[in-house]
Order: sequence, then structure tokens, then C-alpha cells
Amino acid sequence: MRPSAVRLLNILVPVKRAVDYAVKIRVNPQQTGIDLNVKHSMNPFDEIAVEEAVRLRERLKDAVKSIKVVTIGPPKASEVLRTALAMGADSAIHVELPESSPAPEPLGVAQALRAIIQREKESADVDLVIMGKQAIDDDAGQTGQMLAGLLGWGQATFASKVDVDTGAKTAVVMREIDGGSEEIRCKLPLVVTTDLRLNEPRYASLPNIMKAKKKTIEKLTAADLSVDFTPRLETLKVTEPPTRVGGGKVESVDELVAKLKEAGFTAV
Amino acid sequence: MPTSGFTDTQLTVREAISQICSRFPNTYWQEHDQNEQDPTAFHAALAKDGWLGIALPEELGGSGLGISEATVMMQTISETSGAGMAGAQSIHANVYATQPLARFGTKEQREHIIPDIIAGKDRVCFGVTEPNSGLDTLSLSTTATRQPDGSFAVTGQKIWITCAQVASKMMLLARTTPLDSKESKSGIGLSFFCIPFDRSHPGLNVKRIKKMGGRAVDANEVFFDNYPVPASSLIGTMDEGFRIILHGLNAERCLLAGEALGLGYAALKKASEYARTRVVFGKPIGTNQGIAHPLAECWMKLEGARLATYHAARMYDVHASGRDSSIRATDVGVAANTAKYLAAEAAFAACERAVLTLGGMGYAVEYDVERWLRECLVPRIAPVSREMILNFVGEKVLELPRSY
Repeated sequence: MRPSAVRLLNILVPVKRAVDYAVKIRVNPQQTGIDLNVKHSMNPFDEIAVEEAVRLRERLKDAVKSIKVVTIGPPKASEVLRTALAMGADSAIHVELPESSPAPEPLGVAQALRAIIQREKESADVDLVIMGKQAIDDDAGQTGQMLAGLLGWGQATFASKVDVDTGAKTAVVMREIDGGSEEIRCKLPLVVTTDLRLNEPRYASLPNIMKAKKKTIEKLTAADLSVDFTPRLETLKVTEPPTRVGGGKVESVDELVAKLKEAGFTAV
Repeated sequence: MPTSGFTDTQLTVREAISQICSRFPNTYWQEHDQNEQDPTAFHAALAKDGWLGIALPEELGGSGLGISEATVMMQTISETSGAGMAGAQSIHANVYATQPLARFGTKEQREHIIPDIIAGKDRVCFGVTEPNSGLDTLSLSTTATRQPDGSFAVTGQKIWITCAQVASKMMLLARTTPLDSKESKSGIGLSFFCIPFDRSHPGLNVKRIKKMGGRAVDANEVFFDNYPVPASSLIGTMDEGFRIILHGLNAERCLLAGEALGLGYAALKKASEYARTRVVFGKPIGTNQGIAHPLAECWMKLEGARLATYHAARMYDVHASGRDSSIRATDVGVAANTAKYLAAEAAFAACERAVLTLGGMGYAVEYDVERWLRECLVPRIAPVSREMILNFVGEKVLELPRSY
């Protein structure tokens, strides 16, 4: 028996263009940041988020009404939207920043996402935000939590499994936590942040890549959303991690303990 | 390899294909080469995501892109992750040999055959070369004799048929009327077929040829003895097959040029990495100009060949689209042959230099370059020799008298 009046789900997936995971990061000579003139691609955690949205649609069929992706960044950031559209997202928003503007910080991003969700209300209420738990460039890991806070929504972070019941408007999420996993039931609307084990993202097929090229990307500016991306943090210095120095061998446990003590390690 | 000059679509192809290739590391190709084992999983992975249809029409499940994009795909396959020629050759015929079919097949043939090739359900081999007519294609003697019911019986021998051990379809060029007979309009008397390739049939015998390189991909002698072929296999008009396959051949030269380039860039990358890190007499060997200069020269050769290759592919696409009537078929032929020649020579130079740069390690399977050196002879020899390309350019471009 079909439940009557199945609630249709609108999913928003924020994605970020980041330095590709395979690139060897180099600090610039001025020590103000890293060399950005390298290959970029979609933040891997965001790829997992897009994949999860597409899989939800494959499972729930027509109950997923829309999958919209959004990115905030310079003109080139639209590349990751194309990737997401090729993977199966329906439409995209690009909040375009000037080429050389500083990278927005988590709070600015969360505010912009809130503004987009409020703006979307006119056409379709967003019920579910699925996003990466962190971006692999600055590893802040804050945006999802901040967004949930700003919206007053529930949050299920570090998800390794997501089940949505559209009729009951709830989701059961398995979370990766210290020492194991935790299963929680949440009410929609909800912010979910993805962990590595949630799924393995697909490769876009060639026909889908070609179709994605034809989809339009809605362009917005920070002013359209009344959001100020001015950084609140000041980066003092960026340095390479110290190069590892070789270790030594010890003959006995006693010698090891002595060495540890000598190095300043003590039992707690 | 620098990527300036490529279109957005070409770059998208390169990015997507290198992602798929990254699942098939160099060890996969080393093993398949050593064990002479078909890279079936690789073919299936490309088919699954629609890549075999890159240059086939959209209404048949393809993506309607050109040979320019397909060439990028082939280059990316041979260049990234160490697949080399073997990786490219495992799908090669599916991309170019289907071009004449898409263009000259009837609606029914196209709709019946092409979607299964794109989906990877059918794999294709290309049956033109014969032991007694290599480059002299017009003299080939495998015959398809029309039967009273309209079907054909094929008798004869083909050689160097790639993937005949795994293919379920063959694009076949066979004689239907004797050469120079007044009965055929062109006087050539060859017809083009897309035939079911049933190795269990007693009229068909396939024998694998042991070879120097690209051992993952089989090459074969194929013997036909009254092998029955349905009437519906004939593509286009009877006796007009030679004209039809010419459309596939220039495309093939472009793809092969791309494959050679990929091999060359891969070898050069390996060699320069080694030259940067291998320390002898207290400094990296790349410090020595005796090592560095030949590598730099290889790079320049590859870049030159790359320009020629993508120029030829672009000309092929423009000519095929009919957008520019000032480009003649011969111009495409000259460009495609030039590209194939230059890319093959540049690849050979790079692969040989890579082995020399790695020294003893270059001789070890683990470092891949010995495999690529063995493979890079293929684009130098096939599908047309260096000498015949020089003849062709001498005759068509320089208007010199023909010697043969």
C-alpha cells in the first residue's frame, strides 16, 4: 500500500572546488599560502555527498523531487558543478566570487547557504542538506554544524549510512564517532555531513557528461544573498611540516623507557 | 603534457578517462602483458560509462563527438596509468571501424548493431589485411560469394586481426567481384560487411600470433572456409566497400597517432622522473646534459607531433561535417598520415630514450618502459608503413611520379 501524500524531498548539496587530492602541496615562497596553480577538483567529501543524494533518488525514486548543487568560488569553480550535474544533480547555483578574492571562511559559507535555502523557499523548501564533513584544503570541518545552527535544524555529522523516510519526514543516520558508530534518528529538515565510508562516488558516464554541459548554472553574487565574505581570520604564516628525521634502534625495554623519559614523555 | 590548445570538451574527456584509467594501474598492464591476457575488465569499464560511443551518433546511444575528442581519449588511455598501446588497442576498432557503419549502414543495421557495440555487449575486430595483400589492399583475395538465397559464403584468409579471440563481430572487407572486372563499377570489386563472428563455427578458424609487444591484446590469423554470412551483413552498396572503409582509415590514423603520443609522453615522464631522482657520482643523473638534452629533444618531437595530430583530427571532423568544402578528402589523408608518421617516430624516440635513461632498470618489467618500447613499434609499422606514407606525401603533396 502506498502511503498517502508522500512528501517530496528537495536536496541541496554544497560543493567546493579544492586542490586535487593527488597533488603534492607546495607552500609559496612568501609563506602566505600554497601554490594554487595546480590541478583542482571537487572536494572528495563533497563528491560523496553528491553520490549520496543521487543514490537516495535511486532508492526513493520520484519521492526525491530535486537535487540542487551549489558552490561558492571564482569563475573556475563552476567546473565542480558540471561534475556534480554529470553525476546526477538536476540544477546548480554558482555564487561567483572575483578571481583573486580570499577564500570564504566557514561562517560566511554557512550564511550564504542559509540565504540560498531561504531564497529557495519561494519555489521549493529544502528538506535535506548533504555536504562534506570538511574540505581537504583547509580542513576546517565547521560549515555543516554552523549551517544547522543558523537554520535551527538538526544535524547528523560524519555520516556513514543515511536512510530517509519521506512519509514520516525522518532520517536514520549512522555516525562515525570515536570508538565506534552511533545510530541516530533525526527529523527533517536536516543537515548531514558525509564521512569517507558513506559510499564510493561513481564516475560520470560520457552521455551524462555531455548532458550536463547543456544544463544551465544559475549565477549569483555575494550581494544577491546579502552576505559578507570578508575574512575574520588573519593567516600569519604557512609553512611546510618539518621533515622527518630518522629514528634509532634500542636494545631493550629499559633503554626505550629511559629514552622516552629523556625526551620528556611521562606516564599520565 | 601541456593541455593548452585543447577545447573544454577535450579536457573533460581527458579528465574523465584518466579517472577510469587510474583504477587500472601499471601492474594490471604488466600482468596482462606477461600473461597474454585480454584486459576484459578495462574494456567493460569504458563500455559501462558510454566511452565506446564517443564518436557515434547520439540517436544510437553514442555521444556524437568527433575524432578530435576520440583521439584525446586514446591518447589519455595510453598515457595515464601505464596502459600503453595494449589498453588503447583493446577498444581501438570499436571506435574507428564503426564509423563507416554509422555512415553507410541502413537504419536497421545501425539500430541493430551499434547500440550493442557501445554497450560493450559486442566487441569488434577489423578484417582487412591478408597475408598476400598487406599494403596493397586492392589485391585482397578473400571472397564473399553470393548464395542463391542472397546470403554470402566467405572463403579466404586474414592476418593481424586484433581482438579476434574476443570479438563477436567483424568488420570485413572481402572480394565480391574479380579485380578489374567490368561487372563492378569501380573496378575494385570489394564489399564491406559487418558479420557475426562465431569462433565455434567449423567454417571459421582463429589462430593467435605470438608477438613482440602489446601481448595483452590478441592478434590473429583468421581462416574462412565457406563461412556463411547473412545477406543483411552487407554494408552499403555491393562492390563499393573500398570507398566505404576509406572513411574509417583516416580516423584510425588520427586515433593511432594519439595512442603513439600518449605512449611517448608516458615514457618521457618516467624517464625524467628517474633522471631527477637517480643519484650517481653524488648528483642526479638528470644534471648531466648527456641525459637531459636527449629528453628535452624527445619532448619537442612529441609536441610537434601533437600539433600535427590534433590538426589532422580537426580536419577530419570538419571534413566529415561538410562544413568546409575547401578541405578535400586528400587533404585529410595527407594530414592524418603525416600525424601518424610523426607521432609514431616521436613515440619511438621517447620510448627508446626512456629505456636508455633508466639503464638496467629500463630493462626490467617493473619500470614499464621496456613494455612501451616493444609496443611503440606498432604505430611505426601499422596500419600503414613509414615508406608508404612517404610515397603518399611524395605523390599527393609534392606531385612526384609514383614508383610502384
